[in-house]
Amino acid sequence: FPGLADVSISQDIPVEGEITVPVGSHSPDEDYSTLDEPVRDTIMRDLKAVGKKFVHVMYPRKSSALLRDWDLWGPLVLCVSLALMLQGGSADSKDDGGPQFAEVFVIIWFGAVVITLNSKLLGGTISFFQSLCVLGYCVLPLTVAMLVCRLVLLAGSGTISFIIRLIVVVAMFGWSTLASTAFLADSQPPNRKALVVYPIFLFYFVISWMILTFTPQ
Amino acid sequence: MAAADDLKFQEFDDAANLLAANPDATTISIDEPVEIPKNQHSRLQEPGREEDDELLGTDDSDKTELLAGQKKSAPFWTFEYYQTFFDVDTYQVLDRIKGSVFPVPGKNFVRLYIRSNPDLYGPFWICATLVFTIAVSGNLSNFFIHLGKPTYHYVPEFRKVSIAATTIYAYAWLVPLALWGFLMWRNSKVMNIVCYSFLEIVCVYGYSLFIYIPTAILWIIPQKVVRWVLVVFSLCLSGSVLVMTFWPAVRDDNRRIALATVGTILLLHALLAVGCLAYFFDAPELDFPAPIIPAHNATTVTTKSH
Repeated sequence: FPGLADVSISQDIPVEGEITVPVGSHSPDEDYSTLDEPVRDTIMRDLKAVGKKFVHVMYPRKSSALLRDWDLWGPLVLCVSLALMLQGGSADSKDDGGPQFAEVFVIIWFGAVVITLNSKLLGGTISFFQSLCVLGYCVLPLTVAMLVCRLVLLAGSGTISFIIRLIVVVAMFGWSTLASTAFLADSQPPNRKALVVYPIFLFYFVISWMILTFTPQ
Repeated sequence: MAAADDLKFQEFDDAANLLAANPDATTISIDEPVEIPKNQHSRLQEPGREEDDELLGTDDSDKTELLAGQKKSAPFWTFEYYQTFFDVDTYQVLDRIKGSVFPVPGKNFVRLYIRSNPDLYGPFWICATLVFTIAVSGNLSNFFIHLGKPTYHYVPEFRKVSIAATTIYAYAWLVPLALWGFLMWRNSKVMNIVCYSFLEIVCVYGYSLFIYIPTAILWIIPQKVVRWVLVVFSLCLSGSVLVMTFWPAVRDDNRRIALATVGTILLLHALLAVGCLAYFFDAPELDFPAPIIPAHNATTVTTKSH
């Protein structure tokens, strides 16, 4: 390096300057710190993200928004509301009644974790939380079915109401399974797709069964 | 030959020509390695043991040993180690299920289908399906049996799901563990022909439970005769899979111990089936009079109290 051969720093010139670097300069999308924004903005941003994902579930298209920006708020809200709506039925004897709140919670979350592990062990390329996110969000049609069932049961619990509930639950079960399969199937190796889809089918079947057999006191 | 010629690549003549030139030279013939052990086996075996080879699949033993050496090399704390237990394709799982439902007499399930590639997918999900099938079918069957009775109020009986899960998973994992330990212990005393790994035993048990899934669905039919015929039929099928798997492993042992082992395997299997039938499915009442009872009459139809 010929140019540097004669560079030297004299001992009596003090070296000084600023150590701090201005905050906003190193990443272009952090123009402002989210710490200073009003709480309303933060909440609305998350709510909008959750709402957008709900729309994606109800009209499943091949979009990667659900997978890329995963969040678990939606699944939590859905799971809690479903578990709450499943309460208040046949609780005259605790033994033979419907599922308790904790049982519904455990089935949904533990079931989703097991299915995710299953798909990863079979060689899937999807990440753990993305898969949890998809499976949780696809419970939305079944939550809607539960809401409809409770409304129908308010009107009466005869054979006609049972037939209506059966049709609604079966339709929503199919919708949930198809929606989650549409999101998850691409990340699986092609000769193992059926092995991955079957546990998802079983998972939503169990949830549908819990919804269908809900009988008010 | 000149020195330069020694360095050139030389084509060797046909063995016959070389031998003709030098009749006293020693010769070695090298066949394909697979054929030699086969020939040895067929020469050494007694005629009565031919069926064993089919049962043990020793004609494929070389391939399976080669395959076995290439698997499971990752340490057990990595994710890849557990991925080796899920190294199956859809058609393989379907083949194994078919093999457990239609057992070919004389064919060993482990040697024929598992072939050193035991998987945990089948046992786990077959057990999960069986748990929910039994719970749902039991609930449906009770609903249909008690339908129309005025005192009956439908309950989903959700607690039975956890009982079913505990029972079936305990059976599918603890019994193979005990059996594997027992076979290991006997193997140290008596040199057995065949020694199964723990996962292969879990695999056999898991796949042999598959036949109970359609059986549980058919148990909804509220006829005692139909249910017991189904129990016997499914017990025969899955029991034969288990017997054909484990008989070669214990046959060389003391006669009584061998029979006791196979007997215990079948007994536990039968106990599972009968226990599930008795606990989850109420007995269908026979020819009950129509429960139309006037309101002022205080008597009600007696239902089976539980």
